[in-house]
Amino acid sequence: MIADEKYIFKPATKQKLYILIALGLFLFVIGVFLAQRSGHHEGAEKHASIEIAKTLVASSEPAKHGEAHAAEAHHGSAIWLKRIYTSLWQNNIFFGGIGIIGLFFIAIQYAAQAGWSAPIKRIPLAIGHWIPVAGILMVVLWFVVKGDIFHWTDASLYVKGGEHYDKILDGKRAYFFGPFNTSSFPIFYVLRMVLFFGLWYYFLIWIKKEMLAEDINGGEKHWLTARKISAYFLLIFAVSSSVAAWDWVMSIDPHWFSTMFGWYVFASWWVTGLATITLIVAHLKGAGYMKMVTQNHIHDLGKFVFAFSIFWTYIWFCQFMLIYYANLPEETVYFIQRMRTAPYSWIFYANVFLNFVLPFLLLMTRDAKRQVSMLKVVCPIVIIGHWFDFYNMITPGAMKGNGGIGLLEIGLGLVFAGAFLLVVLNALSKLQLVAKNHPFMQESLNHHI
Amino acid sequence: MESNKNFVVGIFDDEDILLHAVEHTREKGLKIHEVYSPFPVHGLDDALGYKRSRLPIAAFMFGLTGTSLALLMQIWMLGYDWPMIIGGKNHASLPPFIPVTFEMTVLLAAFGMVGTFFIASDMKPYKWPRQFDLRSTDDKHVMAVDLAANKMSKEEISALLKAQGASEVNEKNF
Repeated sequence: MIADEKYIFKPATKQKLYILIALGLFLFVIGVFLAQRSGHHEGAEKHASIEIAKTLVASSEPAKHGEAHAAEAHHGSAIWLKRIYTSLWQNNIFFGGIGIIGLFFIAIQYAAQAGWSAPIKRIPLAIGHWIPVAGILMVVLWFVVKGDIFHWTDASLYVKGGEHYDKILDGKRAYFFGPFNTSSFPIFYVLRMVLFFGLWYYFLIWIKKEMLAEDINGGEKHWLTARKISAYFLLIFAVSSSVAAWDWVMSIDPHWFSTMFGWYVFASWWVTGLATITLIVAHLKGAGYMKMVTQNHIHDLGKFVFAFSIFWTYIWFCQFMLIYYANLPEETVYFIQRMRTAPYSWIFYANVFLNFVLPFLLLMTRDAKRQVSMLKVVCPIVIIGHWFDFYNMITPGAMKGNGGIGLLEIGLGLVFAGAFLLVVLNALSKLQLVAKNHPFMQESLNHHI
Repeated sequence: MESNKNFVVGIFDDEDILLHAVEHTREKGLKIHEVYSPFPVHGLDDALGYKRSRLPIAAFMFGLTGTSLALLMQIWMLGYDWPMIIGGKNHASLPPFIPVTFEMTVLLAAFGMVGTFFIASDMKPYKWPRQFDLRSTDDKHVMAVDLAANKMSKEEISALLKAQGASEVNEKNF
């Protein structure tokens, strides 16, 4: 029914990606150099932001101790090194999220018994191959960056009666360090990290096995098994994605919490992943692959990007408005840091503009969603917009007033993007580009909306 | 109003036959008044050559009206007419207005769309739709051809519909 089709990862494409990585590294090195030189000038700005944080915190009795301590956190690496760590962490969360969304997308398609997506399922599968890379990077990175990004790893915070004793963090200690009364190694935290990536990778391999076996054997058996696997995975992902968001992103601001946060990070990952899938499909179609993918499939992908841009905005606003309205100092400090302090303020507003206003208006009409050329404009906007979204989730908490967005951050972003595409396209070139015996293939070929 | 119109009504048993009949008769220059079917027939809109509905444009306009009305209302009420301090916020602060604005946008877009649809399809109180054949609500597909709109004679149209697989061809006067 479906002819064998394989994506050929041309040396020219590979070369372009290597150039992208090299360019990223080049910008990164210049950025590091600039950051080292300008380290002294940022002092004034930094003090200003500390003052803001202090005045805010002064009005909130319970959070006073910890926040004041956090704001004064002078210890740790040099500012330029902290910037590298923060940027690495942010990029790994961002691209790791896209990877895991690849698997999540497949699972959703199976669980919903969707027919339309049959020919494009191999692209999210290839994207899923970033999961092990992100997992290894994450664990390694964590041990490098923990002291500089994660304030709660400081053991002196948990010494009762000590100078730095933090009652609030002591209350959360068990969540990180486990049931035993230690504060040396966060066994629960690291275990969760390894467990989540292990589970996600395990499910990727499992579902991939069924998908590839279907190419050879045909029949409905493999599809049914894959659906069962998907249901288990979705159950696990519902919990693990939320907990991962608390662990990897929210715990950077350890005194602050938001009950929307798991959803918020998920929504951001999900819409970025959808935009990435759409963009890869659009480019593959442009290169002459996947003739059976018509405007109707493109339309469905466009609707996904459109709808979940709005979904993300909904979550973003829910989180923002509750905190704004309740006006509790220990909560508003999060947004004050992002809206009022110098390097983050414009990103905060650009975030809403790039991720809501532009996709909402540009993709509103039916024709726009069916135009590959329009999606090639909107999807990069959404991806870049959410990169900034993660920047603003992670950097202000880790860097306080010393953060910046310059060649260093952009360079590292390009390096990650290049590496991500190398891994994904390499994985894609080893798969059949289109499932051969998918039971819903005929339905998808006749897909018409 | 539209009285004394004469229609040729073709009854079809199967949606595939209907779909092909629509395509072929339109190729032969027949102008079809309307097709009624008990369930949605995929591709029928395209076969009948219907243009895409402009309802979404109306929806957008109504939505925009809702957005601006809601914002104006709240800013005027809480900012000018009866300023109140709530939770220490400014009189007219944007974030708390967003939920109401959203609801008004959806409400007006929905009402506006329904209203526009009723007007555009000429549905109003005490207007009874013309029933070409009641079986179109049960198990038959009904194709109505307006004689006044076609150059062909009644007999020619009947023969054409029969040739295209109509199980029966009737006449209907209103």
